[in-house]
Amino acid sequence: MDLDPEDVFKDEEDDLDNEFYHQSESSKEYVVYLVDASPKMFNTTCAGNDQKDETHFHTAVSCVAGSLKTQIISRSYDEVAICFFNTREKKNLQDLNGVFVFNVAEREHLDRPTARLIKEFDCIEESFMREIGSQYGIVPGSRENSLYNALWVAQALLRKGSIKTADKRILLFTNEDDPFGSLQDAAKKDMTRTTLQRAKDAQDLGISIELLPLSRPDSEFNVSTFYADLIGLDGEDLAQFMPSASQKLEDMKDQLRKRMFTKRVVRRIEFQIANGLSIELNTYALIRPTVPGAITWLDSVTNHPLKTERSLICEDTGALIQEPPKLFQPYRNENVKFLPEEIAEIKRISPGKLRLLGFKPLSCLKDYYNLRPSTFVYPSDQDEITSAGAQMEPPGMHMIYLPYADDIRDDEEIFPDTEEDAPRADEDQIQKAAALIKRIYVKDFSAFQFANPALQRHYAVLQALALAEDDIPETIDETASDEEGLTRPAVVRAAEAFKHSVYGDSYDEESDMGKEKMSEASRKRKAIAENAAKDYDWGNLADKGQLKNLTVGDLKVYLNAHNLPVSGKKEALISRILTHMGK
Amino acid sequence: MARNKEKLVLLLDVGPSMHGVLSEVEKLCSMLVEKKLIFSKYDELGVVVFGTEESKNDLTTEVGGYQNITVLQDIKVVDGDLVDTLQKLPRGRVDGDFLDAIVVGMDMLIKKYKDLHKGKKRLCLITNAIHPIKDSFEGSKEDQVMTIAEQMAAQGMKIESIVVRGRLSRDANKGVMDENDHLLSIFSKKTHTRIVYVDTPTSLLGALKTRRVTPVTVFRGHLELSPHMKIKVWVYKKTQEEKFPTLKKYSEKAPASNKLATHQVKVSYEYKSVDGSSTSVIPPEQRIKGYRYGPQVVPISTAEWDAVKFKPEKGIKVLGFTDASKIKRHCYMKDVYLFIAEPGNTRATLAVSAIARAMKEMNAVAILRCVWRQGQQNVVVGVLTPNISQNYKIPDSFYFNVLPFAEDVREYQFPSFNSFPASWQPNDQQQKAADELVQMLDLAPSGKEALLPEFTPNPVLERFYRHLELKAKQPDAAVPPLDETLKNIVEPDPELVAENKSVFDALHRHFELGQNPKLKKSSRQWYQEKQSGSNAHVSSGQAVNSIENQPPVKIEKIGDLTPVQDFEAMMSQRDNPEWVEKAIKELREKILALLIHSDEGDKYQKAVECVAALRKGCILEQEPGPYNDLMHHIRQYCEEKGIKSLPQLLASRDLTLISKSEAEDSDVTAEEARSFFVKMEPKPDV
Repeated sequence: MDLDPEDVFKDEEDDLDNEFYHQSESSKEYVVYLVDASPKMFNTTCAGNDQKDETHFHTAVSCVAGSLKTQIISRSYDEVAICFFNTREKKNLQDLNGVFVFNVAEREHLDRPTARLIKEFDCIEESFMREIGSQYGIVPGSRENSLYNALWVAQALLRKGSIKTADKRILLFTNEDDPFGSLQDAAKKDMTRTTLQRAKDAQDLGISIELLPLSRPDSEFNVSTFYADLIGLDGEDLAQFMPSASQKLEDMKDQLRKRMFTKRVVRRIEFQIANGLSIELNTYALIRPTVPGAITWLDSVTNHPLKTERSLICEDTGALIQEPPKLFQPYRNENVKFLPEEIAEIKRISPGKLRLLGFKPLSCLKDYYNLRPSTFVYPSDQDEITSAGAQMEPPGMHMIYLPYADDIRDDEEIFPDTEEDAPRADEDQIQKAAALIKRIYVKDFSAFQFANPALQRHYAVLQALALAEDDIPETIDETASDEEGLTRPAVVRAAEAFKHSVYGDSYDEESDMGKEKMSEASRKRKAIAENAAKDYDWGNLADKGQLKNLTVGDLKVYLNAHNLPVSGKKEALISRILTHMGK
Repeated sequence: MARNKEKLVLLLDVGPSMHGVLSEVEKLCSMLVEKKLIFSKYDELGVVVFGTEESKNDLTTEVGGYQNITVLQDIKVVDGDLVDTLQKLPRGRVDGDFLDAIVVGMDMLIKKYKDLHKGKKRLCLITNAIHPIKDSFEGSKEDQVMTIAEQMAAQGMKIESIVVRGRLSRDANKGVMDENDHLLSIFSKKTHTRIVYVDTPTSLLGALKTRRVTPVTVFRGHLELSPHMKIKVWVYKKTQEEKFPTLKKYSEKAPASNKLATHQVKVSYEYKSVDGSSTSVIPPEQRIKGYRYGPQVVPISTAEWDAVKFKPEKGIKVLGFTDASKIKRHCYMKDVYLFIAEPGNTRATLAVSAIARAMKEMNAVAILRCVWRQGQQNVVVGVLTPNISQNYKIPDSFYFNVLPFAEDVREYQFPSFNSFPASWQPNDQQQKAADELVQMLDLAPSGKEALLPEFTPNPVLERFYRHLELKAKQPDAAVPPLDETLKNIVEPDPELVAENKSVFDALHRHFELGQNPKLKKSSRQWYQEKQSGSNAHVSSGQAVNSIENQPPVKIEKIGDLTPVQDFEAMMSQRDNPEWVEKAIKELREKILALLIHSDEGDKYQKAVECVAALRKGCILEQEPGPYNDLMHHIRQYCEEKGIKSLPQLLASRDLTLISKSEAEDSDVTAEEARSFFVKMEPKPDV
């Protein structure tokens, strides 16, 4: 509970995000994807993308594939296992019937996801029937219970690691709401009991079982038939569990995405409303920029990682400094020294809690009062209720970091040097603008519907290289503008009307003029460059090694004339010129 | 650097009516110089005070008049003495004339720089402008101001006026104030002017930009609405966090005799391979970057990477317009950008104005895809919101906020407050008390917004620069506590709290009496803090009194916050013997959890407190078994992990086994108990 007061106001990017993304061993997650592979999963279809019907099996498998990809990117320390049940073949350590643990070479059954796993899992559907096969595992007259076996195998896979350091979860995909429906009374009762006991045992070991049900179009998945008992739902929770949402692939993906990450409290903080009145809050980072992972330096000969050693060297004596040094700030011609503790004391302007200063209407929160991503707060000491419903916006409060006076700039005020008033659009122009806006109006925009194209590309490249593939798959830039839509006649007409209203007939002229001006300027520059280039006998100078006698400006003239980069030190420029001349 | 040298004259009102805020003016001005000393050492500065009894300026000697104005410091390059001067401003006895002061300041700038350095010359006036200025000999006051303003524009001077008003100048003549405000506003018609009105000492500290940042465009080019419709815009940063200065590391290795020593520290990085036993430094050209992909590290050379990486084209494109309500405010990711039409381009300004106003009318925002520069390796998607200018000199513009990508969002699920059982919901009285709180603790009553971000200085930076100045004079000075003006930024306004005492009392009353065991676990977990301000929390179980015959609160679970209190409360619940067993079991688990989750022993103190409570409880209940078991367990745990500090802590508090003398059921002798932790000693480091 002891909180460094500085923490609250500290630059959160440093610790918070590191904690969040580069999670250590201690907070990892073990997940077993348990996918029903019974013929029913193959026979039932639902509307997928492009209006084509997809089998439930396909839906489940592509969800898992998608989440594996997310996991390798943002939580690569997590360990996963993929396990099918109701299969023809069996492959598991316990040698139980009807359960097949999918794996690839160089990987334990429960291990971190690898590029190869993702690659091979992507094309599992092609080989599934041949190599694994599908068959009902629970049939009358046999004592086999594939669901029981599957839970047993999953639990055994999750035996690894301590529950204190890892979250263990089983994600169960199925479209059969009554797995023992085909059985007779006594056998059914017996199997139901043993299966529930198996699930309860697993839960007692700290493993949580989550159900991702698939509904058939004609009949809804009924949780209360069997699974409510298995995952421990009752009363109100049961009512909140909404299986009907998962008829489509997209919904399923959506649900899985929401459950991919277990909630992680960034910090626990006290919110003091008045003297003596406080609420205990947990803070969560709901939105933080995801960046490509940090780089690791490798030895290019052996490809082994290198160890980075940081050392502090005194510039005056060259001596190595061991102890953490004092800090200083040059000021008034001398060095004012600070101890690290003093700096910490300066930053400690308030005890480590949130204090209520007062309330303001929302209109006071200007659009430009923003510096960092917001942090979500929710009361702590809250018992978890998992609902499968699609929650758009969680309840609670968002903390938005306001800027201080020091952080706000007034650049819009820098230009009005003229005595005239700034031009304002008239009513007609505004109307025309509104008409144009209406033409390019997007009705259902969501703030985070785009995948980051740079990240997508980054990981596509990495995946290809990790698998030693030659072709790097093309990634789709979802943020590219809709060129086709924007050239629709209606849009073009609206744009023309607006253009005419604001620019009169001079729009084309202006843009052309701009171009001409530009080209004129660059032509001029080029002309000067060419002249200058002629002035010197470059070849001769180079031969004699006299280039170094020229100024950097002169050298740049040559580089400009030949469209070469002009960056770098003089030596770099000279060597670039020599390379260009082929000398 | 040098070409951007700013020439500034401070015109400070030190008349009697200003005395109340002069200490803030001193702080503000010295902060200005302190920052200049670090960030723009070549700026030049002069100081004029008005409202003094004596007069000392060129104009009064040359042409007469201009009484009560003293040039405290002629224009010179900023130095440490200036800080000293500004920290000891004289207290004047006369009501000053700000217009005369402006003329004196202009005269200083003109004499020193002629008509050079246009746009770099600046006057900064700090006054309350509540006293009438002298009537002019010819023409009206307005004409006079007009002439001065024209002259100012011709000389390329700017003026910034900070007018101290509101609470800080209550009993002033309204007519005079209005006249003065009108006169000052004339400047803004003729020349580049900024007028700020402040009404608290805190906002006075934030009123002046103490650090000048040369604006740099992020982007210049087209805002593309469609392939056929482009507007020329410039993009600037609207907010950018001013970071705490990065201090250099100081080396004490150089001998004291070396006067030229820089005392700087170089940080060097060496990359070593760790193959087998030998370690060798790998030269830079042999290093290659590796990117993690799951457990694999994929080596990619820079050249390879360049060939395949994401390379978007420079440009800003509108992806579409949408309803403002679609974009949640909390999705804003970063600092904010400002889009203005290309300066001087009337058509572009009109186009921006038309679209901004249309967007405002329609309550629409635009979604943009931006690539600021060629060669940038990512794209930015964000939301463009209109900014309709209230000042007719300033053109309309847009603000731009970055939005998250799909990868940046963690969609955690939280139970809705509404789905909680009724007992967790606030009752009517509670809701009313809370409503009242929101209403009464209004920081923006009738348009007078307190703590406006624009005028709220960063207290940390404020404190650092002040301390830097202090340390330059007294190297051993300790960090002084936060002063009153800055405290107003981090603490609630004591006046406001005092005014609304009844509201807070109501809040206390309702939420305390409303407590019940369910509430303890619920979202509204209120607990009382000792009024002394200490951090010790009294458990809610004890805090609730029984004025209204409320039954004492039942504790059903030991929480993380106050385990000891919870334990005691639970042990004393006499209605069911199971409580004792449950309490012992839970506290025991809590202790073990504390040990395991303790990082470098930081939770040992708390664990020891719990152990002490458990021991006491177990003796009271004559249940030595669980306690002794736990102690054996702890000892074993410590031995395995080689932890010595915890047994020492326990031994120092005499928290050893419960012996037979203390509890009948124990089979431990007093001797054994005494030597319980001693036995550990012979085998350290196990």
